[in-house]
Amino acid sequence: MAVVETRNLTKVFKQGELGAVNNVNLKTREGEFLVFLGPSGSGKTTLLRMIAGLEMPTAGEILIGDQVVNHLAPRERRIAMVFQSYALYPHLSVYKNIAFPLKAQKVKKELHKEKVEWAASLLGISSLLHRKPRELSGGERQRVALARAIVREPSVFLLDEPLSNLDAKLRLSAREELERFHRRIGTTTIYVTHDQVEAMAMGDRIVVLNKGVVHHFGTPKEVYDEPADTFVATFLGSPPMNLIENGDVIVGFRPEHFRLSETLDEAKVTFKFHVENVEYLGAEYILSGSLLGGRFEGKEVIARLLLGHAYEPGTTYEFAVPERHLKFFDRSTEKRVEARALTWQ
Amino acid sequence: MMKTGFREHGSRITKGLVLFISTVLLAFPFYWMLIATFKQNLDLYTVENNPFILNAKPTLDHLRLLFNETRYVRWLGNTALVGVIVVVITLLLAIPAAYALTRLAGRWGQRLGIGIFLTYLVPPTLLFIPLSRVVALLGLQDTIWSVVLVYPSFTVPFSIWLLMAFFKSIPRELEDAAMVDGLTRFGAFVKMVIPISISGILTVVIFTFTLVTQEFVYALTFISPESQQMVGVGIPIFLVRGDVYFWGSLMAACLIASLPIAFLYNLFLDRFIAGFTVGAIK
Amino acid sequence: MAIGAPKIKSIGAAQSPLLGAAMFGPAVLYIVLVIGAPFVLAVFYAFSDARIGSSGLHFVGLENFRSILQSPSFRTALKNSIVFTVCAQAIVVVCSGTLSIALEKPFRGRGLVRFLILLPWVAPVSLGSIGWKWILDSIYSVITWVLVWLHFFKPYNTPMWLGEPHLAMASVILVHCWRLIPFSTVVMLAGRTAIPKEIPEAAAIDGAGFWRTLFQINLPMMLPIINVAVLFGTIFTFTDMTVVYILTAGGPFDSTQTLPSLAFATGIQGSDLAAGAAISLFLVPVLVLIAYLMLRMAHRAEVV
Repeated sequence: MAVVETRNLTKVFKQGELGAVNNVNLKTREGEFLVFLGPSGSGKTTLLRMIAGLEMPTAGEILIGDQVVNHLAPRERRIAMVFQSYALYPHLSVYKNIAFPLKAQKVKKELHKEKVEWAASLLGISSLLHRKPRELSGGERQRVALARAIVREPSVFLLDEPLSNLDAKLRLSAREELERFHRRIGTTTIYVTHDQVEAMAMGDRIVVLNKGVVHHFGTPKEVYDEPADTFVATFLGSPPMNLIENGDVIVGFRPEHFRLSETLDEAKVTFKFHVENVEYLGAEYILSGSLLGGRFEGKEVIARLLLGHAYEPGTTYEFAVPERHLKFFDRSTEKRVEARALTWQ
Repeated sequence: MMKTGFREHGSRITKGLVLFISTVLLAFPFYWMLIATFKQNLDLYTVENNPFILNAKPTLDHLRLLFNETRYVRWLGNTALVGVIVVVITLLLAIPAAYALTRLAGRWGQRLGIGIFLTYLVPPTLLFIPLSRVVALLGLQDTIWSVVLVYPSFTVPFSIWLLMAFFKSIPRELEDAAMVDGLTRFGAFVKMVIPISISGILTVVIFTFTLVTQEFVYALTFISPESQQMVGVGIPIFLVRGDVYFWGSLMAACLIASLPIAFLYNLFLDRFIAGFTVGAIK
Repeated sequence: MAIGAPKIKSIGAAQSPLLGAAMFGPAVLYIVLVIGAPFVLAVFYAFSDARIGSSGLHFVGLENFRSILQSPSFRTALKNSIVFTVCAQAIVVVCSGTLSIALEKPFRGRGLVRFLILLPWVAPVSLGSIGWKWILDSIYSVITWVLVWLHFFKPYNTPMWLGEPHLAMASVILVHCWRLIPFSTVVMLAGRTAIPKEIPEAAAIDGAGFWRTLFQINLPMMLPIINVAVLFGTIFTFTDMTVVYILTAGGPFDSTQTLPSLAFATGIQGSDLAAGAAISLFLVPVLVLIAYLMLRMAHRAEVV
């Protein structure tokens, strides 16, 4: 097992253009499940591919187990990777797919069978060993890819959006399986995704990336509750955080903290909320509408409420946010700033 | 630790070397044509001279001879005329057939399509003997109409095959929508499918034209008078007077006829290749 | 009138058989008349004594086949056709495979390099062959000049590339390779780019080096496409008479004669239609075999 570290890691694909990855510094913990989260084009996959050795960094260093690996070929880095498409070798049987890394790394032939069977039983695919990849379902392919990855007992696992090719239902069970799998083998894992739910559910810590820059690096709770800037605040959470400009700051609050004023018994900021649309989602309502009166006239906001009260579109309600749930961001840098007193009328 | 760097560097140099040598070897005959075109005869036929360069002033004599004293221009004209007529025939036969086989005949059409494709594999060298009699019986011998009759036999099958792949990529809903909107099936074909497929049809045009210019066996067999020749036969057969080769003019003739065809073909190459590889690549 | 549910007429596929037949009928008719009928005629000739200029036609059974099988030039031609095809295909596969690897990644000037590499394939065969005839000229050959310059040969005591049987055979093979390498390269390039780039990457991470990735991953995955290149290449070489006709016209002493060129020499130049037709029919088994292999491949592609 090993710790992965990057120092000022940068990748510029075309000279003179903005880098795909800019000055990234991060360090995993031993055995950690680290998630790279970001929209497409955020550089998360490029970052992962540099760690894997598939992409040469333009600048900076990559360390695996305290050793600089920049000039090592992928196969010399003691890593395993699961690709988005799984990249199973289509002409080889499942057995040969799993045995391929052993053969390639010149593991003694007598050990192959034992190791392949160990990996296959760990993932419950012992009965599929003679099949070809095209005869497998999506979930089975994922397991074969994982088996191929663990069979050589790597010190680091790299997973590139491995769930994105599965349908919604399968994705949930595959996610749980991955979590269990990580708990059992405990190898340091880096997981790339654009899905914030996956990131929140699986990550010990999350690296939020956008345009090649790390915006926030923290536990799911920190990233959600204390977002470092407006990008992180709106990228995580569904529906996203409401942001309203007030003087030289932007104030944000989560839709679930925006509630009927009369139900709140603490220091709060109140607004007139004109509800325009009500979505009933079974366990909750999503209300969208705009604020009325004062400086925020017409500003669109969203509220997320548990059932109980019935809301009518076209009606104006008195809503409020507890002061402790207000987040403040600098208007020009969009970075998080200290809470401060503001005038609201 | 640096060995990966060296290895990568090494592989790049190897690749560059492979590319350089292959390009030089493959393109060399054309360079050779080019330089022979402008060499004076004395230079061309002096064994001691370095053959790779012009050892004397460049000359236009070969070109003059080619254009003034041979039927070269006539051959080019014949070839172009045959090319255009064969293109028209090919389009008239292949477009409706390809469409019918993709859309109207179901699974059966796919099989018939493969069958037609296989006829593309039937080479001229298998059929030129009986066809020479057929051409003679029809009284077409020694005229360009003999090849006009026969050339579609290899342009039509491959064109049908190319167009079938093309039509298959057009969503069926488009025609359904056109028919719901009031067109007949044939109307939908003429007013929707053909305009959308214009690039596929253009591919067929270029392909047919280049195949016509490249053909040798039929033209050699069916046509003997110098004035009726196609360029591919006229140059190698009639630019040689007895045993005397006018190499300068010969090379000029080859180069001038080859380059435009090569350019055209190159533009549409990827599509032709797709026609060959259907089935092997998904 | 019959009682029951009325038949619903859909506009779907197989519902316009008449229109369909009208649309593909002309093409099929043409193909039958210009490919099918002559083929039958060729078989018919092969069992007759047809000659150009004589109108009488008699059925002679297997006589033509018997006499050509006994003729030494036919046996040379058959052997040459096979030797040329096999040698050319072997060389072409290795060279174009290598070239396709080198061409795979984009680099500056790739378009120009591709155009130059493709010239031999896209230019008319007969014209390219004439170019080679000049390169291989008995006196003014540039190859000879280079070899003399490198002191491999003394001036005026140089090889006759097209005048000595073995050299002439090698020259014919060389020109076939020259012509087919571009085609084969582009087909293989299409096959290589069809391999998802993650697959070789996965192999790199799994620990495979260049050769292992090539032989255990890329080549097996490219096998169908290599088959396509080889099958078409085989047809192009085996049935070609242009290269031989222009370079050597089958000489010296029939040493480079192939089945097609012999059929031409016998049937057209020698006016013996029957024998010519019989000779060219020997192409058929190879064509049938290739057609069978292609059908099997197409079928497999459909099933997968």
